[in-house]
Amino acid sequence: MSITNFRLTTEQYDENFSDIHPPFENLTAALVEANRCIFCYDAPCMKSCPTSIDVPKFIKQIATENIKGSAHTIFSSNIMGGGCSKVCPVEKLCEGACVYNLMEEEPIQIARLQRYSTEKAIKEKWPLFTRKPSNGKRVAVIGAGPAGLSCAHVLSREGVNVTVYEKEAKGGGLMTYGIAAYKVTPEFCEDEVQYILSLGGIEIKYNQELGKNVSLTELQSQYDAVYMGIGVGLARQLAIPGEELDGVVDAISFIYDIRSKGYNQVKVGDKVAVIGMGMTAIDAATQAKRLGAREVTMLYRRTQEEMPCTEVELNIAKLDGCKIVWLATPKEVLGADGKVTQLVCSTTVLGEPDASGRRSPVDTGETITLDVDMVIKAAGQMPFEKLVVENALENKYGKIVTDGKGVTSIAGVFAGGDCVNGGKEVVDAVQAGKDGAAGILDYLGL
Amino acid sequence: MADISADFLGIKSPNPFWLASAPPTDKKINVLRAFEAGWGGVVWKTLGSQVKNVSSRYSAVDYHGSRVMGFNNIELISDRPLDINLREIREVLKEFPDRAMIVSLMADNDKQSWHDLIKRVEDTGAHGLELNFGCPHGMTERGMGAAVGQDPEIARMVVEWVMEVATIPVITKLTPNVHSVVPTGLASVLGGTNALSLINTIQSVTGVDLDTFVPNPNVGGKSAFGGYCGPAVKPIALKFLTTIAQNEITRKVPISGIGGVSTWKDAVEFMLLGASNVQVCTAVMKHGFRIVEDMCEGLSYWMDEKGFTKLDDFIGKSVPTVTNWEDLDINYHIVANINQDKCVHCGLCYIACEDTSHQSIALDYGKPYNKYTIKEEECVGCNLCKLVCPVDDCITMVEQRKAPEYMNWKDFQRLGMPLNDH
Repeated sequence: MSITNFRLTTEQYDENFSDIHPPFENLTAALVEANRCIFCYDAPCMKSCPTSIDVPKFIKQIATENIKGSAHTIFSSNIMGGGCSKVCPVEKLCEGACVYNLMEEEPIQIARLQRYSTEKAIKEKWPLFTRKPSNGKRVAVIGAGPAGLSCAHVLSREGVNVTVYEKEAKGGGLMTYGIAAYKVTPEFCEDEVQYILSLGGIEIKYNQELGKNVSLTELQSQYDAVYMGIGVGLARQLAIPGEELDGVVDAISFIYDIRSKGYNQVKVGDKVAVIGMGMTAIDAATQAKRLGAREVTMLYRRTQEEMPCTEVELNIAKLDGCKIVWLATPKEVLGADGKVTQLVCSTTVLGEPDASGRRSPVDTGETITLDVDMVIKAAGQMPFEKLVVENALENKYGKIVTDGKGVTSIAGVFAGGDCVNGGKEVVDAVQAGKDGAAGILDYLGL
Repeated sequence: MADISADFLGIKSPNPFWLASAPPTDKKINVLRAFEAGWGGVVWKTLGSQVKNVSSRYSAVDYHGSRVMGFNNIELISDRPLDINLREIREVLKEFPDRAMIVSLMADNDKQSWHDLIKRVEDTGAHGLELNFGCPHGMTERGMGAAVGQDPEIARMVVEWVMEVATIPVITKLTPNVHSVVPTGLASVLGGTNALSLINTIQSVTGVDLDTFVPNPNVGGKSAFGGYCGPAVKPIALKFLTTIAQNEITRKVPISGIGGVSTWKDAVEFMLLGASNVQVCTAVMKHGFRIVEDMCEGLSYWMDEKGFTKLDDFIGKSVPTVTNWEDLDINYHIVANINQDKCVHCGLCYIACEDTSHQSIALDYGKPYNKYTIKEEECVGCNLCKLVCPVDDCITMVEQRKAPEYMNWKDFQRLGMPLNDH
């Protein structure tokens, strides 16, 4: 047993990490699905989208072969509508609310239709937006993730000149660095960022990290307003013995490496345990398998009832051959020569509901032991509390406190996305960016 | 099991489904395939002086993802030599003596031409003749087809020429390209025709190509008005049929119903409104001859369910229910009811009523599902909500009479009853 890279051939890597989303092969295929949509009024799908994309309208536009109009409708509400159509858990958002569910029929394939229009727009670089003439106002955005780019796009359309400070070498944030590559490919992420920038009026300064290369006070003095979309990023620790052993990694950095280094550079064990059952846990487990791990076991301290990921996500993991162990919580990582050899877990039963309303796990006192050489921790992410506190922003356990339009406790400083909500979907961050832009436009009197 | 065999002017067929005079009945090979598939009869594609056709010839209207809701052609009458057609008719008659063989005719516009053509066709042993007074394109410019059908006097004259020599039943086919089919229908009956058939195709432009700017069908960069048919024309055909079935004179002859018949249900509707049988074309041009199997079975099961043993039990049954608007009962009133258990909250009823009707549906906001209820006092009973609702039997119309007695618009006026106050 060992943790190694280069487990597969280039062809195998490419196959394992190619886009899993089936496109519509042609217009006719898209039309068949578009014509199933009954064009609801005050549509449940639209109400279930955090960015309120006018779903019936964009689908109707596909049906009338007005694909440009369709893409414009999507991007008007969600400039990352392309990426969101690949990474959104639509089964609990738009598609989950489709009225066809109430007729016991398959819901409209909203995400697939959304991909049809947006991929075309991005590929063919349709200039669907024009910005108003520059009004001389300058805004700094920290973080070129979904919240930051969404905010920047709205501001630029209104004639504001935007400079985005991004700590990484590429834009897209979580989309580029934190989600399984087979859901949203690196090439697509780059194209999407370029498409957003093609509006003009937005400059991204890469490799510029807040608190390291640039300070908040500096930006406040140079710009008319500052928007913080710095996300979350620190992996929650398990706080169990053996966590320091070689072979224990966190899912965030594991996925980051996959997205930034190239598949054959990332080391993975023979037998991998993944702790947690959220979207990130799924992305870590499935990608560990796709990197060539022989055996991947996902452990969750509660049951399928309470799991944070959707059933669709769980099925991806199952189809990839990941094993699932419910009602088990990690107790200790055992090792030899400083390397992981085993994971000991307590088995649990469900007790009373906790603050989240979910029944909380209770330790049975019994244990199970897995032979593993790698443990991936995906037990949640924590905000950049130190950074937030250092900059004297009002916060709750590191999450920046704002009003509805991203207004923070510091005048002229706005914030939104994961750094405020603690870590939600990409689509929530895009909406937060729009809200923040509205707050900034108010503040600037535009 | 119901008896679905048909007798039209003594012409027997195992079922009331004939193929209309059109491309599917132009050649022996087609007609044999049709008979093998089970069609009860055919009207052989129109014979007359030989013509030359163009390419392309057809175009269609698609709707909401469904192909060929309406169909259009600029094809003329048979472009094959008359001798070949006559020989093939003879051969088919020999192979399928139990099927109806009607031959459509459109002779040149003089008596002798009609007489000569009729004699040659009767020689084949065909069972009946259909006079094509309806073709709306190509032939019209030569004073034939619809040019005859649009002028009752000319139509009557030609029918009289025909009746001088015809010894087999004659059906006169009417054009819908008139404000009413009754005048020509009447003239034809007075001229002696044994039966009527309707409708022929409706002059149309099915659409314009948004890249070439040329309407369909495109013939080398130009187009011409064509004849429209298929499911889209059925309601128009049913209306024309009803007027013929209601007229004191024209109702005395049998009617062969034509116009968008695609299923057994369509056929039943035509027959309820007075057609003794139906003719089909577009549906087979889209699906092939095999559709006749379901037409026969569907008709038969429906007749069994309704207790009808033969076609005459229901032919014309609905004709008396079509009346003049001013004879309708003003005291009859219905209001919509939404079954909340079936409602899927799509809001289609609400937006249709709110934007375009009587603001009779209340919306209670919900996320993601709104609740919709009928404001009964506002509802005029128009049916719109029920028509747009995607769920069967979710919206029903409930009778709430305004008063027990029958009262029509004439009584209403005579009594000086109050009109709406808003």
